[in-house]
Amino acid sequence: MKIEKKEVEHIARLARLKLNEEEKERFGRQLGQILKYIEKLNELNTEGVEPALHIVPLQNIMRKDEVKDSLPVKDALANAPATKGKYFKVPRIIE
Amino acid sequence: MYQTVIGLEVHAELSLDTKIFCGCSTKFGQEPNSQTCPICLGLPGALPVLNEEAVKYIIKIGLALGCRILPEARFDRKNYYYPDLPKNYQISQNYLPFAVDGYLELPPSQKKGTPIKVGIDNVHLEEDTGKNIHSESGGREGYSLVDFNRAGIPLVEIVTRPDMHSLEDTESFMVSLRNILLYLGVSNCKMEEGALRFEASVSIRPDEASSLNARVEIKNLNSFKSVLRSLQYEIERQRRLLSGGEIVSGETRLWDEKEGKTLTMRVKESSPDYRYFPEPDLPPVVIKPQWIKTIRAAMPELPAERLRRFVKKYHLPPYDAIILTSSKSLADFYEEVVEGFPDGKHVSNWIMGEVLEKLKERKIGIEESSLTPASLSELLNLIKCGTISGKMAREVFAEMFATGKGAGEIVKERGLAQISDTRKIKETIDLILKKNPAAISDFQTGKKKVIAYLTGQVMKETKGAANPQLVNELLQEALQQQ
Ligand SMILES: [Zn+2]
Repeated sequence: MKIEKKEVEHIARLARLKLNEEEKERFGRQLGQILKYIEKLNELNTEGVEPALHIVPLQNIMRKDEVKDSLPVKDALANAPATKGKYFKVPRIIE
Repeated sequence: MYQTVIGLEVHAELSLDTKIFCGCSTKFGQEPNSQTCPICLGLPGALPVLNEEAVKYIIKIGLALGCRILPEARFDRKNYYYPDLPKNYQISQNYLPFAVDGYLELPPSQKKGTPIKVGIDNVHLEEDTGKNIHSESGGREGYSLVDFNRAGIPLVEIVTRPDMHSLEDTESFMVSLRNILLYLGVSNCKMEEGALRFEASVSIRPDEASSLNARVEIKNLNSFKSVLRSLQYEIERQRRLLSGGEIVSGETRLWDEKEGKTLTMRVKESSPDYRYFPEPDLPPVVIKPQWIKTIRAAMPELPAERLRRFVKKYHLPPYDAIILTSSKSLADFYEEVVEGFPDGKHVSNWIMGEVLEKLKERKIGIEESSLTPASLSELLNLIKCGTISGKMAREVFAEMFATGKGAGEIVKERGLAQISDTRKIKETIDLILKKNPAAISDFQTGKKKVIAYLTGQVMKETKGAANPQLVNELLQEALQQQ
């Protein structure tokens, strides 16, 4: 099973990744292998089994609308590769 | 004759103290990135916990829009990469929203007899995104800045069915919906702060019988005006294409407020592939029937009910009631004035006339003006008991509106009180009659018109301060006695 180049390009674009030709070929092959492995699950008979969206049987976990301390701006920005003043700085979005 | 089909997606920020999944404050206009934490910054390992008040708010909205509240609601991840989104996905609801299948009935308009019902497909909860600021310079030098204070603010999205067929319908829907949200007290709806935002979809067809042409979605609509302008532009653009034998392609277009046109987005960006999947970090919300009962019992009076009540209680024509209830603050103002001056129709005349005229002139809402209900009812009482004339009242009103002073205060300051003192008026009449013996003989020979002339003379003598009705009566009396 191999994922077509066009599909690899689409997925790469959605993830904002720039791939070269060799990578497209390699990732297409690898993605195919992963999907094939996962496909094993389809061999199971799941008739009458409810889809499990959560593995813990919790519901209605909520909090009151009460303000808690936020991070100091300095800490909020600490991990950012680039900042300007009190902002995160990123490559220009609009051309 | 083309038929137009319009649908709307309305985003409203809920007026809660904290964000939807963390305890950060939602206060507007604070220092950039000062209201963030590991949860709303999407740092690894941070777990979102739902704000229970947001659930109450959305159930309120669902009930007000006649929706069915689903017994169980879930959250889903909407995946896309954009720098306003710290996690690279937005927590939203795709499969099981809180409320579905409702409607909003537009208030009857002057033009259309039958009321229009706009279907509501669903009402769901999601988190707002951050805010981007773009640098002036482009190319390598260019950059964008990100403020995550807005990221995670509780947002409700109301999705309509494509049931609107004109700009008039669309405007009426937006005004009515905003009104409902304000009456419920769930959003401040301040468009200048981005608390109410829209996306529109529009398609046209040659006539009702033929199938619809491709649907165009318009993004980036931040006011009623931009929704209406962009729709107008888009309807004309589509008509031109179709009448030139061309095809309208289904796409998402961006509204450019400055240029006043919609622009095409790159095809790849306009075909969204959000790969929704259930949010594993948030357990489902099971809505207990008791919650719905409690919320329903505490629902405030909504615009449509208030309109009906105004017609019945204050004996207003429906037209007056529609205008007065079109804004919550105006309706509140009206009812407060009526409390001090219990003549519903008379108060309505004043508000729909003088008050709205002044507000329009200044381009403000009643809540922004310094006019108080108490001073307007005071003014109406002063007119009623003859202290000032209708003409003087207009002057006094203008000053009340400009300064916020009370009616009585202004009348006193400017010495405007009308002379209703019979003795004083009689003295003036005697004086005028002495000066005009010819007028008396005219009256005696049946020329009743002289009364108007003499009234005018008395008014002139008192510099307009005499009560004209009283002058007229006393003059008749005096002439008959001559
Ligand atoms: Zn936070």
